[in-house]
Formats: sequence, structure tokens, C-alpha cells
Amino acid sequence: MPRIPPRYTQTFAVSILAAATALTLAVLGFIIGFVLEKGLPVVGLDFLLSNPREMGREGGIFPTLIGTVLLPLVAIVIALPLGVGTAVHLTEYTRESRATRVIRFGTDCLAGIPSIIFGLFGFIFFVSALKLGWCVLSGGLTLAIMILPTIIRTSEEAIRAVPYSYREVSYSLGATRWQTVAGVVLPNALPGIVTGVMLSIGRCIGETAAVIFTAGAALRIPRSLFDSVRTMSVHFYILAREGISSEKAYGTAAVLVIAILLINTLSYWIMHQFLAKRSR
Amino acid sequence: MTQSTSAASPPAKISVQNLSVFFGPTPALRNVSLEVPANRIFGIIGPSGSGKTTLLRTLNRLNDLFPNCHSEGQVLLDGADILHPEFDVVALRRRIGMVFALPVPLPLSVYDNVVYGPRLAGVRQRSRLAELCERSLRAAFLWDEVKDRLHTSALRLSGGQQQRLCLARVLAMEPEVVLLDEPCSGLDPISTAKIEEALQALKARYTIVLVTNNTKQAARIADNTAFFLMGELIEFGPTATIFTVPRDHRTADYVTGRFG
Repeated sequence: MPRIPPRYTQTFAVSILAAATALTLAVLGFIIGFVLEKGLPVVGLDFLLSNPREMGREGGIFPTLIGTVLLPLVAIVIALPLGVGTAVHLTEYTRESRATRVIRFGTDCLAGIPSIIFGLFGFIFFVSALKLGWCVLSGGLTLAIMILPTIIRTSEEAIRAVPYSYREVSYSLGATRWQTVAGVVLPNALPGIVTGVMLSIGRCIGETAAVIFTAGAALRIPRSLFDSVRTMSVHFYILAREGISSEKAYGTAAVLVIAILLINTLSYWIMHQFLAKRSR
Repeated sequence: MTQSTSAASPPAKISVQNLSVFFGPTPALRNVSLEVPANRIFGIIGPSGSGKTTLLRTLNRLNDLFPNCHSEGQVLLDGADILHPEFDVVALRRRIGMVFALPVPLPLSVYDNVVYGPRLAGVRQRSRLAELCERSLRAAFLWDEVKDRLHTSALRLSGGQQQRLCLARVLAMEPEVVLLDEPCSGLDPISTAKIEEALQALKARYTIVLVTNNTKQAARIADNTAFFLMGELIEFGPTATIFTVPRDHRTADYVTGRFG
């Protein structure tokens, strides 16, 4: 068989890789462009800040904006300390053993479970058994459980990626284990942890099944953690599914896309501020 | 050991007695006994894999970080056995500092690197930290080069500066003993000379244990030298003796460059 000259294989590889990148970006660009084109005409300050009327056929999306901020916030506040704590414990305080491998395998499995299963669990446990009802707290707790595996695994990877020599230096300077974790390991793992948190926030914002089951879909502004709430994703789902208003549905979708873009930009900016402050 | 009156042999700061160190079942050090005199530079030479670094890491119990490592015998610091399970490791590492082969500045500013140790030990007062920082950087012959950029990242320093920063970081803990593990292995001759100059000046206040792959470096600055081969201490004594009239032919072969 004749040998293909390396410069042809090189050209071939570059074309394939460039095509893959282009295709990915094109699909992404098309989706975002489509949603923004259909949705942006509806979006305005009035749409964002007024209450919906007639099930959302008229008016704005203000309560769902609140819900979209509130639910992921509750979920992150609960899942972040638990998840990062677990990750630190697994990496810094335990030795690699059968038990840690089983735990890791378990977390990976949990991360792959469809969200509706978490929704069903949240409904049975938080809403019914604990009698919390459909509310922000039930939804937040359910979402927290849903994103916990992601936070644990991304934090664990980030912590593992911190060079071992940093720990060695820290210990050799008389640091305790906790001083090493707090002073060297966590700050250097921060970018990875933030990435995990952002992925999780994205999943929470985009979630519908688990939220409808646990937080309900009330179109009111919640007065406490024990009130039912509707998120933008749920609102979009209901508007589109029930054929209430495709115009308002696309408007909601556009706000969702922009919100996720803003959150990501903001988190990266905050992280860079922190890192720049630590080492100029 | 008796308290000697002659200036040539001050009392032992560290006394290693029948020390063996194992990684799993394999011994990395076999039955080593030696004495490190106070306020001297104690050089350790030998080819790679001879156990030099293992000995050094035993002296401040960094080997504890390896789960499969265990040791037998005693290491006395001012008469107390530091290998005893109840010996306070954190306190030990404040008394015995370590400079590693490759400079590892933490990704912090120069200043924050130097005061990392004192801060861990609970020093909070700003003036005290600033004073420790300046004094340590001066002692490591680095102050003049970094005094105007104490608050820039330590990662921006050159390799030689980073290694002197690591030395300053150890000195800021005000330790009693400084361990150096081939500190000049990645440095150019000028940076090496600066480190050696610093060590010569430091021995007045500290006991220094210097592992080096560079036999000439030991000859230049060590007061006493020990020669290790395959986990065994072949011999140790005043540097002049080791380099001119060694007792063991293997030492003679090594220092004259016939092998290793």
C-alpha cells in the first residue's frame, strides 16, 4: 500500500478539525440567533418588570425572573459547601481505597440520572413526606441534590490538578492539613470549582421537569421560601406546551439565553478579580 | 557525645541513630548513624538513588506524606526523638525548614510567599511581618533585587531568584535547621554562587544540611561531608578529610570522579 505523504495527512487532519469546530459554532450560532431573532422584539423593560396577565398571554415575566434567580441560588447555597466539602474530604483527607473508588463511581452514576427522577424523589420526599409542599425550598433542595454530583466531581478534579509540590511546600513550612487546604489548595482550585458551579447554575436555570414537580408553577412573586414559584424555563415550557403565546414564549427564551450569558461573564469576571488580587 | 570544648566540633544539633527508612518493603536507607554539628554546613553527597533526599525528608518528617513509608531508629533534635509518633510534626517543621530541588514559589506575591510560614504560625502584626520579610530577603541576598516589587507575583522572578525566595521563605520562620535538597541543581553558576554566599553567612545562626549532586559544591562550602551509596552511609567527617584522605576506597573513587 502506498504511503500517504505526511503533508497530505496533515492537511487532511487540519481540515477535519476545522470543519468540526465550524459545524459546532454554526449550530450554536443558529440556535442563539433564532431564539434572539424571534424573542428580542418582545423583550423590553416592560416585559421584564411587569406581571403576566391571562396565564402569560399578556404582560411580562417578572415573577418568573425572581423564580429563576431564587431557585438556583437556594440550590447553590446548599450544594456548594456540601459538594466542595465532600471533594476536599475525598482528595485531601482520605487515602485512595476501595471505599473512595465506590463513592466516586456512585457520584458519577448520580450525575447521569435523568432530572425527572430527582423531581419525583423531591416530590415524594420534600413535598409530601416532609410536608413542605410545592415551594422554593423543596425546589431548591431537589436541584441541590441534582447538581451535587457535578459540583463534587468538578471540584475534585480541580483540587487534584493543584500541583503536589504546593502542598509539600506548605507542609514543609509548618502548615496543618487544614491550613494547606485553605491557603494553597482551594485558592488554586478555584477556577475549576467556579466552572463546576457555572455548569450547575446553567442546569438549574434550564431545568423544568424537576422544578414543576417540586416548586410548582405559581405565577406570583414568592413571599417566602415556602411559596410556590415559576422559573423562566417552566414558564417557557407552559407557554409553548399549552399554546398560550409563542410570542411570549420566545421572549422568555431570549431572556433566558441572555441571562445565562450574563451569569457566565459575571462569574469569570469575579474570579479574575479574585485571582488578580491574590497575585499581581 | 560529650560537650566538646574545641571550636572545631560544636555539640551535635541532630543525631541520627541506626536509622533505616523503607518504602514498602524496600529499604531506601539502611542503618545510618551520624551527627550534624550546630552552626555548621553539613554536606551530603552521593549518586542518585543513594538515599540522600530520603534522609533529608526524614529530618523534618516530610516522608510522613507517603503512606507506604516507615522508618526505624532514632533521630534526635537537641536530644528529643523527632520520629516518636507523638512528636508535634507541625512544630518540628517550623524548627527545621526545607528548600527543595526545584524552586516552588506559591502563586502569590513575593511578600506573601515570604511571610507564608510566619502567618501560619499565627503572626498577624503587619510591622512584624514586614520586618521578617525584609530580614529574610536580605539574608537570602535577594532584597535588593525585589524590594521594589514585593507585591508582584513571585512567579515572575527568574529561576535563581525564585530559589533564593524559597530560602528566604524558610528563613522567615526563624528555624533552627535549614535543609537544602540540591538547591542549585537547576541554577546557573552565578545564582549558585549567590546561594552559596548566603549559606556561608547563614551558618552563624543556623545549622545547615545541604544535599548536593555537585561534589565540588560540598568541597567549597561544607564543613563536614557525608558520602552515601545505595542507601548506606559509607563515611562522614570533616570535608577536608573526606576529599583528601577518605578511609573508604568508594569515597575516594566518587570524589575524584571515577564513578557516579
